[in-house]
Amino acid sequence: MDTLLNDFSPGLFIVQTILLLGLIFLLVKFAWKPILTSLNEREEGIQGALEAAENARKEMQNLQADNDKLLKEARAEREAMLKEAREIKDKMIADSKEQAKVEGDKMLKQAQAAIESEKKAAVADIKSQVANLSVDIAEKVIKDQLADKSKQLKLVDDLLGDIKLN
Amino acid sequence: MVTYNLIGAGLIVIGAGIGLGQIGGKAMEGIARQPEATGKIQTAMIIIAALLEGLAFGALFLGK
Amino acid sequence: MMQVSNTFKTLLQLTILCFSLQSFAFSDAKQEGTVSSKEQVDEYILHHIKDSHDFHLFSYSNDAGERKHVGFPLPVILWSSNGLVTFMSSEFHHDDNGEVIVERNGSKFVKLHSKIYELDANASAVAFDEEHHATNAHKVLDFSITKSVVGVLLVGLFMFWAFSSLARQYKNKSVPTGFGRVLEPLVLYVRDEIARPNIGDKHYRKFTGYLLTVFFFIWILNLLGLTPLGFNVTGQLAVTACLAIFTLIIYSVSGNKDYWMHMLWMPGVPVLIRPVLAIIELAGAFIIKPFSLLVRLFANISAGHIVVMSLIAIMFTLKESLGVAGATGLSLVLSFFITLIEVLVAFLQAYIFTMLSALFIGMAVAEHDHDHHHDEQGHEVPDAEDVRADFI
Repeated sequence: MDTLLNDFSPGLFIVQTILLLGLIFLLVKFAWKPILTSLNEREEGIQGALEAAENARKEMQNLQADNDKLLKEARAEREAMLKEAREIKDKMIADSKEQAKVEGDKMLKQAQAAIESEKKAAVADIKSQVANLSVDIAEKVIKDQLADKSKQLKLVDDLLGDIKLN
Repeated sequence: MVTYNLIGAGLIVIGAGIGLGQIGGKAMEGIARQPEATGKIQTAMIIIAALLEGLAFGALFLGK
Repeated sequence: MMQVSNTFKTLLQLTILCFSLQSFAFSDAKQEGTVSSKEQVDEYILHHIKDSHDFHLFSYSNDAGERKHVGFPLPVILWSSNGLVTFMSSEFHHDDNGEVIVERNGSKFVKLHSKIYELDANASAVAFDEEHHATNAHKVLDFSITKSVVGVLLVGLFMFWAFSSLARQYKNKSVPTGFGRVLEPLVLYVRDEIARPNIGDKHYRKFTGYLLTVFFFIWILNLLGLTPLGFNVTGQLAVTACLAIFTLIIYSVSGNKDYWMHMLWMPGVPVLIRPVLAIIELAGAFIIKPFSLLVRLFANISAGHIVVMSLIAIMFTLKESLGVAGATGLSLVLSFFITLIEVLVAFLQAYIFTMLSALFIGMAVAEHDHDHHHDEQGHEVPDAEDVRADFI
């Protein structure tokens, strides 16, 4: 113990304290702080990158799922649209058929009506012409016949007989 | 005087040797039982050995 | 596996280099027959263990039989009874026995066993008592740039250069290149294996700077001690005491309420016992912990140096009984393996010092968010940490 205490140099102790203080101060300021900060940053960076990769992977999966969903939706929509189009087409064809039929019927009816009315008019015309003719004929005949009484009577009888035929 | 010091030093070394043997032996046993805990056991072993060594050296130098 | 064997190979080469240089320097100083007896070897080793005021590389005797010393002097700075005194250590002419007297500012100085003494005013030469202690001289406060201070400065400059350049590298890129690639894992090792597990995730950042500084400081100085330059910085009590007191101050200043509470007025213990416990705890915190830190480092490194040098000295001490070749061979083999172990010890002691510092700091800043377990009688069941703290 005595030898130890004898070997202990207070001067060296003081010098060492000053040097060590200086060394700690300098190293902390110029070395450890930047080194530890950079190491931390790097580790956080690596952690962040890993997390980002994981996130990206998840996002990718989500995206793929979305894509699948969209594709499915699109397909369904296409199906629906095609179906609708077919229906519309069918309906249109049916409609136009119907309409055509209705039109045709209408036209037919009109034509028939027109024909009827024409016929009626024609019949009426013929009747009036026949009547006129008859009157004319009758006038002429009467004019002729009225000269001879017997003949007049016979004619009237004949005429009357003819008329019955109508 | 010098002889007593030497006897004391011998005793200290014997004691420290037994202690170190115990530490090392038990650590080996521990490692053999649980090889996966090797790192922890080694650290603890070195710390305890250092404490023992400090004690032994302290005693040696106090007696010097 | 490959990596391990590579590391081992590098370590081996390093050791061989250190060792060969060391034995070379040692034998160079000895081969003139100046150190050959057991007593002279002892003296040489004890001298080497101490700090020195000049940077001595080796000595030789010239043809005329004079001793020549190769090295360079270092400045001596003293606080004597007549104020500050400075001169170069060459003025002592390598005397270490108090024979050469240097006069400055009216004070007379002698160097005795690597210590500088100031002679009493009326004395003209050192007088010794039976135990070879100077009777008419006293020690002065010695701020000299001794060999240890040179070592500290060299290591400090090296660390500052190495780590600030590593820090600069991070500005441009996230992964360092060159030497920084060696340093980065070491920094990470200290942070992840020493600071974080012992102090806890919440507080470790504040103390990592100190722990890193101390770890590299001790490690590099330990390794420097294995080179033949003959540094023995971490084997100086003053240096290890300084390091231990830094740790003491840090864990005392950063100790939280729980820490002081557990030290001064231990909860869960009968009131009468509390003061006794407080005394024990205080002694543990302020004396035993720092003392164990400083003595462990000092003793390990000093012992390592003594063992290596003693084994190298086998070359001379066993020359008669084993022959030159036998003694040299034995010495080479033994000191080679011890040096190998010393390389490991150099790291181990730095690791242990840093580890225990971190542990002490961790105990001081730990937050006891859990209640201590109490058994039925209300006595506290000590948990592992408390037991460990008492043991330390």
